[in-house]
Amino acid sequence: MTGPAPAKKRTIRRIAFTVGAAALALTAIACGTDFYEIPIETPIQPKLDVSAFQRVLVVGFVAGGSEDVDANQETVRLLRSQLRTKSSLKVIDADIVPLIDVAQDQNKAANAEEGAPPAGSATSNGSAAANGNGNGGTNGDHAAAQAAAMPLPKNIKDEKDLEPYERLFANTAYWKKLGEEYQNPLIVTGTVLFTPHSRSGMVTREQEMIDAYGRHRVVPVRTYMDRKGFILRPKFVFIDGRTGATMYSESHREEILYNSQQNTPALSSYFELMDRIVPDFLSALSSQKIRGTRVLLK
Amino acid sequence: MHVRLATVCTLVATTLLTLMAPAPAWADARADAKSQVDFGINVAQRGLWREAIYRWQKATELDPTYGAAFNDLAIAYEHEGQLDKARKAYERAIELEPNNSQIQQNYELFKEINDRTGAGKEKNNP
Repeated sequence: MTGPAPAKKRTIRRIAFTVGAAALALTAIACGTDFYEIPIETPIQPKLDVSAFQRVLVVGFVAGGSEDVDANQETVRLLRSQLRTKSSLKVIDADIVPLIDVAQDQNKAANAEEGAPPAGSATSNGSAAANGNGNGGTNGDHAAAQAAAMPLPKNIKDEKDLEPYERLFANTAYWKKLGEEYQNPLIVTGTVLFTPHSRSGMVTREQEMIDAYGRHRVVPVRTYMDRKGFILRPKFVFIDGRTGATMYSESHREEILYNSQQNTPALSSYFELMDRIVPDFLSALSSQKIRGTRVLLK
Repeated sequence: MHVRLATVCTLVATTLLTLMAPAPAWADARADAKSQVDFGINVAQRGLWREAIYRWQKATELDPTYGAAFNDLAIAYEHEGQLDKARKAYERAIELEPNNSQIQQNYELFKEINDRTGAGKEKNNP
């Protein structure tokens, strides 16, 4: 009797183990959290309703900062070319307006109207009205006249220098007049500040190493580094050419830093930074699709 | 020994019967919802997002506590550009499954797009 007993016990254990394993497998299948990565394209509606416009006029920008790049000219050229290929609006090819000069002239005119002395020496070197549009501010625009006492620095180096120019965009009479000249298009203007920038401090960079077994490895290393580069701060202002009123505006800030030994031309840095901003600019006027992936769950 | 064998057999039979026994109502709802979710995934993978939305909406109605269904529905709304609905669905999914890192990751990516489209920018709309 004692002989076959252990064999039967083993059989019973085997059966019990098999049943247990099957139950576990069933539970695992039942509770398994399956997931599927899926590509999606999110359509983004334009921030502005531009259905009333067939044409767009990128007038020019109040620009400053680095003297190595003419930020006004480069921004106008880049935006026009982007709008030509990536929006349904017809781009008007017009001369680029030197808005700094326009603002200076408006300032002078407003001061003369108010009987005030010229606003600071900074304004004394303003040129004649650009493209015949420099007198727009004299059409009884109170916003321009009230703020006229503030000097307009001709040489824009930082954001503080740009501030007094903001009133140019509130001068509806000027923009309406400009709109009439071009059969009421959507007007794109704003400010662009492209400034050199440097920063020193600890940075993490990847360094290739060979370990004790002769294998190549990339490891993060913290090192002190002097870096230099640029900051780009554009503000895009969208104006209704029929009324001269601002429809929408948005500001951006992008920066890029390189190793101080690296000599990167200012213009390439400008385009690199604008590349990051342009999709956002375009999404104000036309619908865009943003590609990405998400995880579907069961 | 016969008694022991009988006991084991009884145990196995009981386990099997328990597994095969009619499930409670909530389990039925989850099972129905799950089949809708599975079908939705299947059609979404073939690009039929509207059908997927219909299925996942149905799943959330059948089982309003099913976090994965809300997550999938949010993704479909995002793909269709219905960002407000997507946000609500993501928020519900996170509420139901606060520790699910995949839902969190989807939501973070969604928020990134949403911020880019306006919320994070300075806007002056007179």
